[in-house]
Amino acid sequence: MAEPTEVYTSTHVLEYPYSRSVGPVIGAFLTGLREGKIVGIRGENGRVIVPPTEYDPETGAETSGFVDVGPGGVIETWAWVEHPRDDAPRSTPFAWALVRLDGADTALLHVVDAASKDEVTTGARVTAHFLDEGERQGRIQDLCCFQLEETS
Amino acid sequence: MSTAPQPKQGTRPVAIVSFAQAPTQRRIEQANEVELLMPVISEVYAQANMTKDDVDFVCSGSTDYLIGGPFSFVTALDAVGVWPPKRESHVEMDAAWALYESWVQLQEGDLDVALVYGFGKSSLGDLQRILALQLDPYTMAPLWPDQVSLAALQAQAMIDRGLATEEDFAGVASRSRRDAMNNPNAQVANDLDVATLLKEEYIASPLRRHCVPPLSDGAAAMILVAGDRAFDVVDRPAWITGIDHRIEAHAFGVRDLATSPSTTKAAHMAGVGEGDVDVAEIHAPFAHQEILLASALGLSSATTLNPSGGPLAANPLMAGGLIRFGEAANRIMDGTASRAVAHATSGPILQQNLVAVLEAAS
Repeated sequence: MAEPTEVYTSTHVLEYPYSRSVGPVIGAFLTGLREGKIVGIRGENGRVIVPPTEYDPETGAETSGFVDVGPGGVIETWAWVEHPRDDAPRSTPFAWALVRLDGADTALLHVVDAASKDEVTTGARVTAHFLDEGERQGRIQDLCCFQLEETS
Repeated sequence: MSTAPQPKQGTRPVAIVSFAQAPTQRRIEQANEVELLMPVISEVYAQANMTKDDVDFVCSGSTDYLIGGPFSFVTALDAVGVWPPKRESHVEMDAAWALYESWVQLQEGDLDVALVYGFGKSSLGDLQRILALQLDPYTMAPLWPDQVSLAALQAQAMIDRGLATEEDFAGVASRSRRDAMNNPNAQVANDLDVATLLKEEYIASPLRRHCVPPLSDGAAAMILVAGDRAFDVVDRPAWITGIDHRIEAHAFGVRDLATSPSTTKAAHMAGVGEGDVDVAEIHAPFAHQEILLASALGLSSATTLNPSGGPLAANPLMAGGLIRFGEAANRIMDGTASRAVAHATSGPILQQNLVAVLEAAS
């Protein structure tokens, strides 16, 4: 077989040009973020699920009753990124973390701002920081990050 | 004469009788998906001394997100030939689940032979961005978390729980890539000790480069035969005596990431603990996940883990799980094992787990 001398390539952009409703539960969560607060929902055994879901993730039972949680919380686990990707929420080093907000029984994935890896530990307390009111659009990025609480 | 062992699930014994894979590479530019598959399909037929006329059912696993076009699996059917028409299906999952669908189809009793294949070229796009799209579209995907960082959350949870150390992760990577030196289909094979690996930089702490699977292009295919007819094809068919699939919650913030209850449940249902396990091929793309999964499967230190090198040596998306089944089946068919475990995973941070027990007939 002859060695190919040229590889044909082309750019292909895939788009889904439609919008969809987020529904009453995720909708309440995103609306809460626009108002600068975080809401969860009660699952079957009264545990509070954040972000809220329309069903209990363990039993499938319908959830009901929104609950305000946070803005403080605890780092359940984390990963320090020294060299962020271009699409990462931060252009400087940061930590991804699962944060269990005060009043919640599950954890939310988000960003922890810290000056260095040495500052981040499992169990550390953090507080949610939001964009300014005029910049919030009802999306997960309205919560811009978690910051470590002062320990003294 | 041997008789097929009765399976735990279903009523009809089904065996893997042949398996073929393309040598995995970082980037295969000179072959499209069909061209990548054709020699693999030819080889899997040749091993079984079959042609496509012998096949009753065809099932594939692949994802449109890699190629960036809808219904790309239909195009791939050119690799198996579309005339005369066959009963055919596809899963938008790793091809291990195409094996599972085929196993279910063969339980119906009217079909005897199934061809299963899977393919994926990670080189076509930015895999980290593509895999972020499997996350919750409202609360996670807009942040574009990459799969290495997500896996690192799990690895950190294991460290915090005292279940493993960074040295343990390096140990898995060192052994896997050393074993891969004997696997001609592997992509990353080398002989580096733990101390050397621990000098590498973190990609997302606590995961260093060696803890992370390679980006791979590859394809694999397999033939399943139901009933004693399998003995006509190969001396030691790899009988699927147990198989089960379990799923964790979609949002991993509700899970305990240091454990895998879905794997434990699937292993129990498949009967993993009902006999000695000679060899296990575990679909653990990240080094720490092999430790987590071996524990969740209930394997003892007597079991040889991933002698092929596993996903740390070659990780073609959508074929990597089927390759675990194929490598485990090869150990049965070549006589080096009598009872093997095959595992495949799908979704973020081990969300879905498929476990099977493969056995030689006694």
